[in-house]
Amino acid sequence: MANKETDNDLSALDHEKQSNIIRKTLVTKLIAFIQLYAIYIIIFGELGPGGGFQGGVILGSSIIIYILIFGLEDGRKRISQKTSDLFSSTGALIYAGVGLLAIFFGGHFLQYGAFPLGGSDVANHYGIMAVEIGIGITVAATMIILFCEMIGRD
Amino acid sequence: MTEHFPVLVIIIPLVLALIAPVAGRLNKIYSWAIALLATLFSFITSMLLLHQVMYNGTISYWMGGWEPPWGIEYVLDYLSAFVLVIVTFLAVAVTIFARHSVTNEIDDNKIPAFYGVYLLFIVGLMGMIVTGDIFNLYVFLEISSLTGYALVAMGKRRKAPLAGFRYLVIGTVGATFILLGIGYLYIATGTLNMADLGARLPGLFNSKLVITAFAFFAIGFSIKIALFPLHTWLPDAYTYAPSAVSALMASTGTKVGAYSFIRIIFTVFGVKVFLNQWVSVPYFFLIIASVAMLVGSILAIAQTNIKKMLAYSSVSQIGYIMLGVFLMNPIGLQGGLLHIFNHALMKCALFLSVGCIAYKTGISNINDLKGLGFKKPYAMAAFTIGALSMIGIPLTVGFVSKWYLALGSLENGMWYLIPVIVISSILMLVYFWRVIDNIYFKAGEPNDVAKIPATPASMIIPTIIVAALCLVFGTLAFIPVSITEKAALLLLG
Amino acid sequence: MMEFILAKYNYWIYVIIMMIGFYAVISKSNLIKKIIGLSIFQTSVFLLFISIGKVDGGTVPIYQGTEAVYINPLPHVLILTAIVVGVSVTAVAFALVVNIYREFGTIEENAILEMIKHDD
Repeated sequence: MANKETDNDLSALDHEKQSNIIRKTLVTKLIAFIQLYAIYIIIFGELGPGGGFQGGVILGSSIIIYILIFGLEDGRKRISQKTSDLFSSTGALIYAGVGLLAIFFGGHFLQYGAFPLGGSDVANHYGIMAVEIGIGITVAATMIILFCEMIGRD
Repeated sequence: MTEHFPVLVIIIPLVLALIAPVAGRLNKIYSWAIALLATLFSFITSMLLLHQVMYNGTISYWMGGWEPPWGIEYVLDYLSAFVLVIVTFLAVAVTIFARHSVTNEIDDNKIPAFYGVYLLFIVGLMGMIVTGDIFNLYVFLEISSLTGYALVAMGKRRKAPLAGFRYLVIGTVGATFILLGIGYLYIATGTLNMADLGARLPGLFNSKLVITAFAFFAIGFSIKIALFPLHTWLPDAYTYAPSAVSALMASTGTKVGAYSFIRIIFTVFGVKVFLNQWVSVPYFFLIIASVAMLVGSILAIAQTNIKKMLAYSSVSQIGYIMLGVFLMNPIGLQGGLLHIFNHALMKCALFLSVGCIAYKTGISNINDLKGLGFKKPYAMAAFTIGALSMIGIPLTVGFVSKWYLALGSLENGMWYLIPVIVISSILMLVYFWRVIDNIYFKAGEPNDVAKIPATPASMIIPTIIVAALCLVFGTLAFIPVSITEKAALLLLG
Repeated sequence: MMEFILAKYNYWIYVIIMMIGFYAVISKSNLIKKIIGLSIFQTSVFLLFISIGKVDGGTVPIYQGTEAVYINPLPHVLILTAIVVGVSVTAVAFALVVNIYREFGTIEENAILEMIKHDD
């Protein structure tokens, strides 16, 4: 009887291990596509629907799904707390930096048209893109920080 | 470069607020140094802006070069530049104070994040002052509120997170009402720029949309500034927040809310509608304000916790400010604006001196203050000056604003408001006397008193400076008086 | 009467949703349920804003070479910002509840109030 029970336990363990393999393989393959999609949404945000917020959330959730499957410790190896804190500041700094750069080139704050990129149309284009990238980085990092903080202790 | 000051005054602290938590990982002192740098920069810039406003008139800054009313506009006139100087000055004073106070009260690993959130709180307040766009106002309001909830919850006591949560629930309801008011005004006029709204709204005052919009604004801001029946979040929030946060929030948080409410009343709706069409609104608010002045003081008498006593006293002071605003005449409004300035200084001095006492001892009960007058002479002197100023003794700032409020009441023929002001001041004398009596005239247990550690100079000096300013501007009253006079005339058009 | 209700049906809907949220905020003792109520409360206002952007016969405000009637995108942009604010409020609220739970071991407000009755 005792043997049979251990057998059952073992098979249960095996079962878990195997389903983990499926999940882990699936997620590792999927993450690349999720992140590609996120970057697409961020970059094309100023031409069509989408933008920094939406793309950033998708980018953040690609890491969150990794943490869900592999656990917090493994996830933190990929993106440490220090890195995510740094990124959440960096993104917002890119936004503010672009705005301040506009002042530097003689425009008002956030007046992208003032960038010397050949015509205010083109300059606007790149200015908005830079801002969207900044927002995307911040949103993604903030999503990760929030998720990790909430599941972190207890 | 100077033409960009209206935006730089906000953006530079915002950038530094993002750097502070990262730099704090290297060394905790860096995050404090960055906070000090940011507040100092804002203070100097806002002084220059006030100077510009006084010599060249109102400054308008177009965000992104977009012309208002399409783009977001930052406006600096006598009122906004004046309030900006008050807020940034007190921010500098509290930041200097915060260094040791925060190390003592907040966990080491939370300090870098604390200064990031702390700077964002100041940025939110400054944005509310500078902006000339009501939706932008909502965004900055939420920035300062959200960081405010977090700052309150960082307190040491176990009730702090609960106080923060309650503040969050009530504050969010208030902010949502303000958002609704903005939406209704947008539906009625199709614009969000304050000056443009002021030009378009006359003629629409019979519209139910506009009336409802004002009602939403009135409720929303009453919650945000803790006007009497909606003040319930305030005492707990101020009591359980860290000392530095209490000092900053009590002196600037509700004042900036009151400033925004004044903007909505006078710049967006305009004074004429309250004098001609909605005449019952000022009366209603005068009653509320009078009740707030009395009930706040009575509740303060009932407290044994000194921070809670000061918090209830804030409730009554908000009543004074709103009394001045809803008198709707130049002198009364000037009194209200002066009281914003004066109360910010007095409350800051009081909370800072209470923070000095609580340093490493955690004393918060009034009965534990016995004999401290000679053990901590500077902090207690600052407290006494603040208390005398609150009561309204001549030669202190409190007297100046109460004088103008009384004159404003007489101007409207409302002599019956003067007894309210006097009775409220007498009640203040009662609750402050209990404290001063304990400080100077009752001897404490010599052993207990001897054990109390000395307060660092970095905490004492800002406390004394702010308290001294209560006396300076009480004697040299013409400086704030002349500025607020121009501001009041500007608002009343 | 019916016409009066139907003509402004978006207002009725937002008020009803708002009151549902407000009811949860006031009456529920569980802090998480309070947050849910608060979110519903805020979302009702977002719905109002989005509904006022509608223009009869309007289309998506993306320029596609030809002139067309567009809906008003400004309220949508405002609400995009307000949604971010709403999410931040929810995040801060959850963080506070996590802290409260660590402190008291419960998220029932009544139980917490019972515990802190004797604190000053």
